[in-house]
Amino acid sequence: MTQLHTLTLTDLAKGLKAKQFSSVELTKHFLNRIEQFNSELNAYITVTPELALQQAAVADAQRASGNDGLLTGLPLAHKDIFCTDGVLTTCGSKMLSNFVAPYDATVVSKLKQAGVVMLGKTNMDEFAMGSSNETSFYGAVKNPWNLSKVPGGSSGGSAAAVAARIAPAATGTDTGGSIRQPAALTSLTGIKPTYGRVSRYGMIAFASSLDQGGVMCLSAADAAMLLQTMSGFDENDSTSVDTPVPDYIATLNQPLKGLKIGLLKEFFEQGLSPENAKPVRDALAVYESLGAQLVEVSLPNLPLSVPTYYVVAPAECSSNLSRFDGVRFGYRCDSPRDLMDLYKRSRGEGFGAEVKRRIMTGTYVLSAGYYDAYYIRAQKIRRLITDDFANAFKQVDVLMGPTSPTPAFDIGAKVDDPVTMYLNDIYTIGANLAGLPAMSIPCGFLNDLPVGLQIIGGHFAEAKLLNVAHVYQQSTDWHKRMPARYA
Amino acid sequence: MSLSRSDVENIAHLARLSITEADATVYAGSLSKILGLVEQLNSVDISQVEPMAHPLAGQVQRLREDQVSAEGQREKFQRNAAKVEAGLYLVPKVIE
Repeated sequence: MTQLHTLTLTDLAKGLKAKQFSSVELTKHFLNRIEQFNSELNAYITVTPELALQQAAVADAQRASGNDGLLTGLPLAHKDIFCTDGVLTTCGSKMLSNFVAPYDATVVSKLKQAGVVMLGKTNMDEFAMGSSNETSFYGAVKNPWNLSKVPGGSSGGSAAAVAARIAPAATGTDTGGSIRQPAALTSLTGIKPTYGRVSRYGMIAFASSLDQGGVMCLSAADAAMLLQTMSGFDENDSTSVDTPVPDYIATLNQPLKGLKIGLLKEFFEQGLSPENAKPVRDALAVYESLGAQLVEVSLPNLPLSVPTYYVVAPAECSSNLSRFDGVRFGYRCDSPRDLMDLYKRSRGEGFGAEVKRRIMTGTYVLSAGYYDAYYIRAQKIRRLITDDFANAFKQVDVLMGPTSPTPAFDIGAKVDDPVTMYLNDIYTIGANLAGLPAMSIPCGFLNDLPVGLQIIGGHFAEAKLLNVAHVYQQSTDWHKRMPARYA
Repeated sequence: MSLSRSDVENIAHLARLSITEADATVYAGSLSKILGLVEQLNSVDISQVEPMAHPLAGQVQRLREDQVSAEGQREKFQRNAAKVEAGLYLVPKVIE
């Protein structure tokens, strides 16, 4: 029998449906691989074997009685930012190292209802603040392609778990690139949907005008299957948008003849060396051979994405994270002298260095006298960037460019300089500021490390993005490569 | 824009974060660097631009009636608290 972990989620679904293997067998296979490999990768914070086997048995029973759906019995890992009822939910932080969520996030409950089996909770940068998964209270995650490299972040545990085939797919969240950049660095397909497409209820907040949940998996077809179930209106999320969810799978194979692809001029000019650009340019040539037309487009304000983001995101984070006060949940310091001491030391001891840096940046830009100069100015430039995107989509169907300026870097290489670390997000932040859906798909290698192609679409153009990615994956095999150690 | 150690100590107080003196010096350096990066925003004329708070044009935050929509689960929620007694959250004495 084919090794189950080498199959895509789409093929695993077919195998379950055809009763070639049961969900319990499949789940045991992945639990065994977690047991074998997780200690060297540090991809999971929590593994839930008993719960997984119990859910798998229920899924098998549903299939036996004919009450099964497309996802019934498929295992999956959740980023530890999603609340899971009765299961530790840490957000990668000491602050929540004792937090057992009292309810399920909507994403979790939707997938659970569809019969998906949860393998465990994946490691991440603390409160999703980081681009290398090195800010986690639970330690750095290793890149399965090279254990001395970072897997990217903040969804680094999800990326490493899927790349090493110790989960067939995983959820992620993306505030400034946290799905796409780790997907690029570990050769996965990752999609951040449109702002408001996937409910954020029970997804621990970082920056509320930017955060969006999505998936990381082995192909666009896999992403379509999961996103179909995860998307949709939720009255529990006040930013959830009440727009029908199209059939993502039905349109996967639409031909790309006549597709207009905009090449982001600024992306190719800014911080991208020719050797880094090569796999991306090769992918664009494939699209041309598939009948697409390439048009260079300029988004003049896009180079201001990083400074804009590093005002808006910390401002929102300083507000969101004020809820962690050591009183109702989360870490509390020992023997506080008074209430002020309780607040200050619980937060000072419970948050890590990067989270504190962002809270302080946000506190500063929102403080009296600086609010207009920083926060309002950034919000205005955010509009200019968003308008640039809107103008581009008048000329083209999708935008393409690199996902990340370099392949995976060494663990420890950028931890001492926040600004250098922040510039990793230079190509991904724009889509978050404008609320646009965006993907990263594998498009080649540089020095044996994966390179990602980024595809950005207009609002609610997820079906188009998945189609554009899927057709490419039908004529290339980059997405099928796997790290030899975990094959 | 360059921040001093005492600026950082003031910000940390506003943010209710205890930080050591040594950390305050380190943060003064890194926060100054971040504000240096942010200075690029001054290069654009924004006099005619409206600030943007929501990424989807025309979307407004939905409001709902302030009423109970789920059964009380106080015990379950309070299991995550450091100190509770008789259904109440305990904190150090606030009024002398």
